[in-house]
Amino acid sequence: MSDSLKDPELPGAGDGTEAGAPGEGSAAPSGTEGKAAKAAKASKKAAKNDVAVPALGFWGMVRWAWTQLTTMKTALFLLLLLAVAAVPGSLFPQRSQSPEKVVQYLKDNPFWGNVLDKMQFFDVFTSAWFSAIYLLLFISLVGCVMPRTKQHWQASKRPPARTPARFNRLPESGALALPEDAPSDEEVIKRLGKVLKSRRYRVQTREAQGKVGASVGAERGYSREWGNLLFHYSLVGVLISVAVGGMFGYSGQRILVEGEGFTNTLVSYDQFSPGNRFNAETLAPFSVQLNKFSIEFNRQERTDGKYGTPVDYTAEVTVKDGPNAESRDETIKVNHPLRVDGADVYLVGNGYAPVITVKDSKGKVAYQGPVVAVPQDGTYMSLMVLKVPDTSDGEQLAFQGFLLPTTLVNADGAAYSGDPDANNPTLQLNSYYGDLGLDDGTPQNVYVLDTKKLKELNNRKLDVGGIVLGDTEQTHSYELPDGKGTISFDGLKRYIGIEIHRDPGKAWVGTFAVLAVLGLAISLFVPRRRVWFKLADNASGTEGGGRMLEYGLLARGEDPRLAAEAKALRDLLKKEFPGITQVEVTSTITTTQRTLRD
Amino acid sequence: MGILPAIGAKEVNLELGNTSQLFMLLAAMAYAVALILWALDLVRSSNTVRELEASLKAEESKQLIGVGAGAVRTRHENAEVDGQLVDDTMAYDRSAPRRGGARVAIAIMILAAAVHLGAVITRSIAAGRVPWGNMYEFLTTGAFIVAAVFLIALIFKDIRFMGVFVAGLVVVMMCAATMGFYAPVQPLQPALQSPWLIIHVSLAVIASALFTLTFAMAVLQLIQSRRQKVLAAGGEDKLPWMRLVPSATSLENAAYRINALAFVLWTITVILGAVWAEAAWGRYWGWDVKEVWSFIIWVLYAGYLHARATRGWTGNRSAWLSIVGYACVVFNFTAVNIIFPGYHSYAGV
Repeated sequence: MSDSLKDPELPGAGDGTEAGAPGEGSAAPSGTEGKAAKAAKASKKAAKNDVAVPALGFWGMVRWAWTQLTTMKTALFLLLLLAVAAVPGSLFPQRSQSPEKVVQYLKDNPFWGNVLDKMQFFDVFTSAWFSAIYLLLFISLVGCVMPRTKQHWQASKRPPARTPARFNRLPESGALALPEDAPSDEEVIKRLGKVLKSRRYRVQTREAQGKVGASVGAERGYSREWGNLLFHYSLVGVLISVAVGGMFGYSGQRILVEGEGFTNTLVSYDQFSPGNRFNAETLAPFSVQLNKFSIEFNRQERTDGKYGTPVDYTAEVTVKDGPNAESRDETIKVNHPLRVDGADVYLVGNGYAPVITVKDSKGKVAYQGPVVAVPQDGTYMSLMVLKVPDTSDGEQLAFQGFLLPTTLVNADGAAYSGDPDANNPTLQLNSYYGDLGLDDGTPQNVYVLDTKKLKELNNRKLDVGGIVLGDTEQTHSYELPDGKGTISFDGLKRYIGIEIHRDPGKAWVGTFAVLAVLGLAISLFVPRRRVWFKLADNASGTEGGGRMLEYGLLARGEDPRLAAEAKALRDLLKKEFPGITQVEVTSTITTTQRTLRD
Repeated sequence: MGILPAIGAKEVNLELGNTSQLFMLLAAMAYAVALILWALDLVRSSNTVRELEASLKAEESKQLIGVGAGAVRTRHENAEVDGQLVDDTMAYDRSAPRRGGARVAIAIMILAAAVHLGAVITRSIAAGRVPWGNMYEFLTTGAFIVAAVFLIALIFKDIRFMGVFVAGLVVVMMCAATMGFYAPVQPLQPALQSPWLIIHVSLAVIASALFTLTFAMAVLQLIQSRRQKVLAAGGEDKLPWMRLVPSATSLENAAYRINALAFVLWTITVILGAVWAEAAWGRYWGWDVKEVWSFIIWVLYAGYLHARATRGWTGNRSAWLSIVGYACVVFNFTAVNIIFPGYHSYAGV
């Protein structure tokens, strides 16, 4: 992408082998851009009619727009625009990542929030304007790369460029005097071809033509442009794969308490977001059961506030690939997802789930089981909400409060958690009764309790006080006031949040990404060079009147080692023709290389 | 990834960590001394240049009376501006005047880099893992790579003109690390316990170090290009020390080559980051703040590479692109880690 296809320095030595044919370079004398030149060439016919006509007509306009779009300048502009357009995606909260923050932002900034929302600033990477930029960029890219592919395909079938009449305008050139005993012209040319072939050049030997003596034309590094093209095509491949993966894939979340299982069906998910072409039949029929989840905390003192931070999570699970498959034991860790046929299971969250039993006023069990509590800080002080609608006496119950894994009491008598491990777990709860409002079918967040319409039963501020449940025989159970029932804290389990993903485009994205890097490296680091050797009579006659061997090298694109190549070739010639003497060496390597400038 | 072991010790060696920090400070001080010497060398050199020039002029006018008082042509007839002391190949020139200050500066920088390497290695042993687990480690290791690349390149090319800039940047990085982002050795959080930490972050360090070098070159290029314009218009040379710096075009060419390599490394960094993200977070790309800025940097340097083949975008404009790109690298490293909430908030401060 960085090279030009043209050799602006060499108007006479274009790709054409037909003698006298104007090189491509002269088709666009000012062109440093391959595509611009190409486009200019393509519209040559049109140009004939357009000479003095400002009105281009509809197709003329289209062609003009296409030419504009596929110029390097436009591509560069779109690239820079893309960079700028991505910035707001990091400055404003994004719906795709943290929808709750977007809601908060809209609440805090009602006017500007709405304006920004209208302009899709909370969905930058799916917004119309961001999409427009990258789609235009990719159209420009394809419009540039396709003609170049054709051009390079043709160039790679053509023999090396014709021998220029004079070499002194090439960045590297020189002349050597062949010794008296050197072989015939034909033999010299043949052996020169061999030397060049050994350095992996494509070689064509040429007989003398008019003033130009017998010569060899050679070129190497065609893969540079192929690498360049591969890189750009691979980017298109990445884009398409990402789109396909997004369309046919899905992702979902589920919370699993120790002992619970999950079967991969739509109803098992707590949250599910499918792509727009997702088909529920593609759900792989596996199941996962969480046996045990353990966390290892940093127990080394003096580690700068890192004491008690997690250093390892391990979820031990039993997996079945299908309803009738053999079960096997696996572990899921951060950085170590569970790969099941067709989907991947990731460990994304964890917490405590106290096991609670609630009995109603008649002594019937109204709730029994683990309750997922949401950790609020590093000590795993966790917010817990329990709604108990199914009581036999019609009075619904609700509990809200905190789980403290290692309960300590401060000087003011307030309880707090001192450690994330469950050394002394207690539940500090308030209780309520009344109508939970669950029966009218409005969906509710299970982690939030709306206490407005409920009557308080237990609260620290009330005379009866709050509920404190511990894990000893004496403290694990509590009788609710007014004979409303009992609540007991029967044990503590851990739970994990898992995310299940399927992205059918993933492997393709990876493949194209690898190809892109490969292409990029080739296009930047493989030098493309042309070399010519030519036999000439010794015009000056100073070196015994023998034959002269002239050489010239030209780099196409960036090539800091062209002078080194010239030297290597000279050394090879000295070996090939003992007695050959250097007469003249012109190396412009020390002057600034301006191969890409005009 | 499953086959590969988790990395990172769960117990760290605090005493060794303190020793490492001591070495870091020593290295930082030595770099600061080198910086002062580089600066002195520049001032002295421009004096030497003036004297040399005056004597040359005197000699020339003696020998070539009648040729006319043209510009002084020193050895390098191919330089864009007459009298440039460093030619465009940046090769050492034996006939050039000796730069004693620079010699001492290089010696001290080698010493500093050796101490620095020791500090990085002890830090790594203390933490039981690669020394790039938080910003402090990333910066100190990055600064070492900048210094090491510069010193190694000095063997092949006369890039002493960059000494004051490289030493300056290294001192800034070391100060930022030891004062701003200091964090004692800590065990790694689970998300970072991956073999990808070794390769993804090391590539990011190397790419960033290379971008740092090209940033210095781009700044020099802008200064040199301005100076060349003034000189071409017959103006006075207000920055005689820039004679020690090659021409603007030559700087641009060298920076382009380094940036091309850095761009490839950055591309691989981003791709491996995506591979790691896929394993750790369940998606290979999610427009996390760090991902957004890595993307912006990638696009900017892609633009930079294209600019070279675009009419009207070479020269100063491409230097500016390189500078803006580097500003984004710095922003991505500092602000994104500290200010923005995201998956990449590994500052450890």
